Amino acid sequence: MHLTLTPDQRMIRDEGARFLAERASSEKLRALIEAGTRWDRDLWQAIAAELGWCAIAVPEDEGGLGMGATEVLVLMELSGARLAPVPLWSTLCLATPLLLALGAGKARARLLERIVAGEAALAVALGDPGAADGGAATITARAEGEGWVLDGIAARVIDAEAADVILVPAVIDGGTALFALERDMGQEIAPLETLDATRPVARLTLDGVALPGSARLDADGLTADQMTRALDMAHLGLAAEQIGAARAVMDLTLDYIAERVQFGRTIASFQAIKHRCAALEVDMAEARALALGIAAEFDTASAEDIAGLRVLAGDLARKAAREAIQMHGGVAITWEYDPHFYFKRAQATAALLGPRDAHLERIAAALLDQGDAA
Amino acid sequence: MSDALRKEVRDWMAKHLTGRFAPLWMRAGAGEGDVMPELRKEWERELAAGRWTCLGWPEEHGGRALSVAEQVVFQEEYSRAGGPGRMGHIGEGLIGPTILDYGTDDQKARFLPPIRAGEAFWAQGYSEPSAGSDLGNIRTRARRDEATGDWLVTGQKIWTSMAHVSDWIFVLARAEPDSVGRKGLIFLMMKLDQPGIEIQPIRQIGGGAEFNSVFFDGARAEARDVLGEVGDGWKIAMALLGYERGISTLGQQMSFAQELDLIIEIARENGAAERAAIRQRIAYAWAGLRAMRSLALRVLSEDPDAEAELMRERLAYKYQWATWHRDLGALAMDVIGLDGAPIEGDPRRERLEQMFLFTPADTIYGGTNEIQLNILAEVGLGMPREPRGTLT
Ligand SMILES: Cc1cc2nc3c(=O)[nH]c(=O)nc-3n(C[C@H](O)[C@H](O)[C@H](O)COP(=O)(O)OP(=O)(O)OC[C@H]3O[C@@H](n4cnc5c(N)ncnc54)[C@H](O)[C@@H]3O)c2cc1C
Repeated sequence: MHLTLTPDQRMIRDEGARFLAERASSEKLRALIEAGTRWDRDLWQAIAAELGWCAIAVPEDEGGLGMGATEVLVLMELSGARLAPVPLWSTLCLATPLLLALGAGKARARLLERIVAGEAALAVALGDPGAADGGAATITARAEGEGWVLDGIAARVIDAEAADVILVPAVIDGGTALFALERDMGQEIAPLETLDATRPVARLTLDGVALPGSARLDADGLTADQMTRALDMAHLGLAAEQIGAARAVMDLTLDYIAERVQFGRTIASFQAIKHRCAALEVDMAEARALALGIAAEFDTASAEDIAGLRVLAGDLARKAAREAIQMHGGVAITWEYDPHFYFKRAQATAALLGPRDAHLERIAAALLDQGDAA
Repeated sequence: MSDALRKEVRDWMAKHLTGRFAPLWMRAGAGEGDVMPELRKEWERELAAGRWTCLGWPEEHGGRALSVAEQVVFQEEYSRAGGPGRMGHIGEGLIGPTILDYGTDDQKARFLPPIRAGEAFWAQGYSEPSAGSDLGNIRTRARRDEATGDWLVTGQKIWTSMAHVSDWIFVLARAEPDSVGRKGLIFLMMKLDQPGIEIQPIRQIGGGAEFNSVFFDGARAEARDVLGEVGDGWKIAMALLGYERGISTLGQQMSFAQELDLIIEIARENGAAERAAIRQRIAYAWAGLRAMRSLALRVLSEDPDAEAELMRERLAYKYQWATWHRDLGALAMDVIGLDGAPIEGDPRRERLEQMFLFTPADTIYGGTNEIQLNILAEVGLGMPREPRGTLT
């Protein structure tokens, strides 16, 4: 196991990088945000329908490309690097693994087909996207006639506005079921103002929303185990985004400091600056290696490894953005320069699915509170 | 293949690391380089008899030509079984491969078999009082004896690990009197037991003495024991450092894991495991060790297409593990707390205390942390080089 990319994986990376360099520039991002647009519909169209990125992790017998976690990692690094404002993480790393974990079912299969074809963007109405386990479902469901009625509020749903279908875990008869909520079924989606303008979040309110019988996706309940399996991929996806974002902001900083002159020399020539860039590169090497190691054996990855990855990748992204701002000096405090996008994204993403201390506590509990040590 | 090898190593270690070798179990790790040298030399011969030395060397020179992955398996199982720190490391891992690549047939025939057999032990004579990080500032002189063609060496080496228990030393010396920096250097292989050489052990932070000052006063290197040509010294010295790509560090990680396990064990016993900040630090250390493993596996890749991608990681690796280990030393002491005061007693505490005292050296030897960052910035990131000063 040498944890390097295969030629195919490198090809996916290089082509993806070329594509995003053209289609997901920071000028475009800035223009979108200034126009009050919360996500990039054209870019999503291209990613989902033309490039088929949403098909990669779906097994071949379900109509997908049957690739693995490493390919997901590669693509999420790319979209993280560009802060691409598209519902890729929600669709590829959260909703798709959740559907796959669910097992057989006709409605589920139909939905996967739409994802593979790039016809549907998805979101998941987690009870608490700030908790490492996604929190408990806050929506309730009851049977009525042939169909279902859903009530309740999911306070923060990532990518809800962009989603064609929102997967809603809902409490029913003491268990949890998973429903597919199509657009315009009577739900209310209220966009929220957030720190990170590159990832839209909205409040979802369901007030007696009636769904057809086919909207229920699970056969006999959504188990905690299925949810955990899906969230593992969600965590990997976030970590990959964080690593990609760190790489991008480090690279743009290296370019900037190679040009900027003070005291008759480039600021890149000061050892204080060199050492901090190099130390960041060490953190990068560490986080990226761990991510590749986990992705290579994803099916057997431990919860502790994934928690550790979130810590290292989260620290990396925040430190890289903070250092980028420091090394740019005053221009970094302007709207016009890019580092602030990364700064905000890094902070917001670190809070997604579990704060740092919760990840560490998850590891600590495994090492210190039970059975045998590491 | 690798599973069979794993079992073979495990069985062999279980059978041989017992009896008179039992005292070596888990010993001679960080800070303990100087313990039980004679028994450890015998252990090297035991390993050699089992054909467990020089695994990556070509078969014609007594190796097994094992792949990197297979050598990693050996290292992991060796450490898992509690195998002691390897006395033969400098011979097998550093000078041996250098002789294989740069040596004459005569040198290969004379030097390689005793290294493989655990009969000749080597020390590394690079650093000097005025040449530490700035290795190019070597002042030890080598003068050619016109009558014999031999080289006569005068000067001082310092921090020379294990010189007091070694048979040979390789020495970087200045052969061209007026040369400066990397030019005019020569790479010599010298017998330590000779009149012109005096070895003075230097007492270390932990009480032991694993490194030495080595004084040369007209000591002799035979004409046939120059590696490469006169003037090639720097090139060969750097090539030698390049062979240590980290195979042995995967074994080292096993002992890091054992140290972390000890810390966890003690934290559970003395209640430190209930303190939130300690819990977080232990968890963070664990995550860093997991990352270190993946990083080592990447760094060891032999995939030629991944070279560009891995260049920075290779340069980052030493800093990563050294800094991690140094932090672990501090964590160990914080977990032990006041109980750490008495040195006698619990062998677990003794081991962790030695670790705490020795891990600051991890970020110094083999290129200090600052030098690692300089190289990573300059070679890895293409940033401007450090200017040289004018003081000598
Ligand atoms: C336990 C141990 C075993 C050793 N074994 C051997 C051995 O077997 N053979 C051998 O030849 N050597 C050996 N060494 C020596 C080791 O290689 C040197 O200690 C090391 O290269 C640093 O040199 P120095 O000690 O002279 O420190 P210095 O070079 O004086 O460095 C002192 C401080 O200044 C910093 N510094 C120096 N230059 C720069 C720079 N350009 N930019 C920023 N900071 C800088 C350093 O990072 C360090 O923090 C050993 C050392 C130790 C601790």
